[in-house]
Amino acid sequence: MTQGETTTAGARDQLLLPVVRRVIGVCALVALGFLTVFGLWGAPTDAVQGDAQRIMYLHVPSAWLAYLAFFITASASALFLWPRTRSTAWDRIAGASAELGVLFTGFALVLGSLWGRPVWGFWWAWDARLVSTALLFFLFLGYLALRRIPGDPVGAAKRNAIAALIAFVDVPIVHFSVEWWRTLHQKATVFNPELNPKIHGVMGLTLWIGTIAFTLVYVYLLDRRYRLAVLEEGAADVELERAIAERTGAPLKVSAP
Amino acid sequence: MIWREAALVAGKDLRIEARARVALGQILPFGLIVILLFAFALDPDRGLLARVAPGLFWVAVLLANLLATGRAFAIETHHGARDGLRLAGLDGGAIFLGKAGAIAAQLLGLELVLGTGVVVLYGVEVHGALVVVLTAVAATVGMAATGTLYGVLAAGLRLRETLLPLLLLPVLAPVMLGATRAFEDGLEGAPGDAWPWVAMLALFAALYTAIGVLAFGALWEEAA
Repeated sequence: MTQGETTTAGARDQLLLPVVRRVIGVCALVALGFLTVFGLWGAPTDAVQGDAQRIMYLHVPSAWLAYLAFFITASASALFLWPRTRSTAWDRIAGASAELGVLFTGFALVLGSLWGRPVWGFWWAWDARLVSTALLFFLFLGYLALRRIPGDPVGAAKRNAIAALIAFVDVPIVHFSVEWWRTLHQKATVFNPELNPKIHGVMGLTLWIGTIAFTLVYVYLLDRRYRLAVLEEGAADVELERAIAERTGAPLKVSAP
Repeated sequence: MIWREAALVAGKDLRIEARARVALGQILPFGLIVILLFAFALDPDRGLLARVAPGLFWVAVLLANLLATGRAFAIETHHGARDGLRLAGLDGGAIFLGKAGAIAAQLLGLELVLGTGVVVLYGVEVHGALVVVLTAVAATVGMAATGTLYGVLAAGLRLRETLLPLLLLPVLAPVMLGATRAFEDGLEGAPGDAWPWVAMLALFAALYTAIGVLAFGALWEEAA
């Protein structure tokens, strides 16, 4: 049981300090407000794509968040498996980030589809980045399904961490194999290596606002999901203690986290 | 040492198969009926079947792989077999190689029969035999290694029957893609185009075999 003790000790109940969380939450709301104003009115209408192009202000940040979230999941899983940094905190972060990643991958796919219909003329194309994003969605959906299965907490956390890394190793393979297969997608515009924006200045600014706003939302939601995981674990412990107390007749000692 | 232990585990699994004949009596007929069903889905008269035969073949193999993987871990659930294997003092990596090897051997046998079925039923002509064989070996090793890895991950869990396909199929998507393209090039007699795909399949197989050898021990200990 020493292993179990080391994993729960040192895991913090709060991911962020409450004051930091509040600041990030307020900043996220303000940034989303800016994004709404710039995305709907501030940025000029695209000459070719029309108003449909405005979907990009949500689609691009969603796709960016999806990659960020899965990267965090893989990093947290690696840190959990590394004996010196093993802490339940990394397991909670990995799970919370994967949930957000799947959510935003889903957003990116749906929004991209809504944009593709008027601009490309079809909902879905068998383009490299679309296909690999869809596979990414299912890869981590499987990981989440695995996480939902209850079991011994320490064993489950180790298993989940390994599963996240196995899935993450597949991402570049999926990417390059699909890339070889077919390519149609637009080249990256914001993260262009030449740092030479190919779009109107306000449009680029709006994309940046969107990326920052979504990243702040991600950090805020990650903290909230982390806290929820702590409370869920606490609730399970309290229920267990209550069940034991009922059987032994001993007085109940409540220890909320 | 590790290879000798792996051979022992593979021998055990294959001996169980030789006696119980689940792969031969259930998984192989399943693969064949899938091949038949494709002919119902895609009208055989339009010449479509021969053109898409490589993809259909690998879909059938992929589905059979799910069953073979489930079976490879189902045989460890009865009569304390898993505890027995744990207490045998074998290296985790050796158990992985043994189980993956047994799955690969069964899948290769299955592919031989299904391949014959595809050639006969779909009217496919094989030109680049070397490419086809190497593709099949690389893809099968990759599938067996990944299957064994996810098999132990899901072993002992509730809901494992429904979880395993969801975990395994997205990971195996590159194998499906690469093997199909390589087969297409091989069958059309343009093996030059197939080599990058064969290399990708070999890389995939090597990568997941390495991960399996490293991670299997820990997962095997945790499996309930």
